[in-house]
Amino acid sequence: MSDIADRVRKIVVEHLNVEADKVTDKASFIDDLGADSLDQVELVMAFEEEFSVEIPDDAAETIQTFGNAVEFLTKATS
Amino acid sequence: MFDLSGKRALITGASGGIGWEIAKTLSASGAEVSLSGTRTEALEMLAGEIEGTSHVLPCNLSDMEAVDRLVPEAVQAMGGIDILVNNAGMTRDNIFMRMKDEEWDKVIAVNLTAAFHLSRAVLRPMMKQRFGRIIGISSVVGVAGNAGQGNYAASKAGLIGMSKALAQEVASRNITVNTIAPGFIASAMTDQLNEKQREAILAQIPANRLGTPDEVAASTLYLASDEAAYVTGQTLNINGGMVMI
Repeated sequence: MSDIADRVRKIVVEHLNVEADKVTDKASFIDDLGADSLDQVELVMAFEEEFSVEIPDDAAETIQTFGNAVEFLTKATS
Repeated sequence: MFDLSGKRALITGASGGIGWEIAKTLSASGAEVSLSGTRTEALEMLAGEIEGTSHVLPCNLSDMEAVDRLVPEAVQAMGGIDILVNNAGMTRDNIFMRMKDEEWDKVIAVNLTAAFHLSRAVLRPMMKQRFGRIIGISSVVGVAGNAGQGNYAASKAGLIGMSKALAQEVASRNITVNTIAPGFIASAMTDQLNEKQREAILAQIPANRLGTPDEVAASTLYLASDEAAYVTGQTLNINGGMVMI
């Protein structure tokens, strides 16, 4: 779990250019971390690549926060 | 003048007059090209004329399942994609009151919906590489209208509107989206005109001649080049002065 969270956090920090400590479970990519809708698509693309999973569009829409992403990817890779 | 070395381009409608010339021009400027169209034999002939690396990828653009396979095929053939030229187009002319649903639907599907599908498909690789050029070949008819071509005019105007919207979405990722609106260009289509029709058309063109496919290809090359990085959401009108906007 923590390993996945670390990998997700690294992607978010790099892509959105934010401080790691801002990336909390409840942090919303758009509302709290300054992402626009295109950034969000790119984050999902980066998650897909990092974790070798496919994230369909309807699932991608549910990934709004860092916590959502970690939860989804934990399930998807287990 | 413009160098496309290392760039990979997919051109639809490459077996037609304008597409043919676009493919040759991009290739002569160093791009690797994927040639798409419905007539495999003509595409093979074009590939034979081209000196650089080329791939023949036949596709019927009215079959959306085939359309959705085209970009993955091109990416596989070339190892990526930098330039998409949505050039393929067809006409099914009729006056509005006689226009059949099928005539409307077919033209919109091939000229506009296929361009939407292909543009959507290239966005992922282009966003990743932070570079892309999407060029739509529209028409003066999409800008100014033309009696008897309601479907064609709608599809070509649609291409311009779609490109402007997409241009705004992806400009920050160094992807430009532009259209070219050729006027009357010498082609198999204009060869069918009789003398009277020809004279009527020329009377509307200040340059007093038809355009040539290589004049359209040259602007495609420009829009595809690194030099045109700051040009996006625009329409280049290449029409001998027929319509000035």
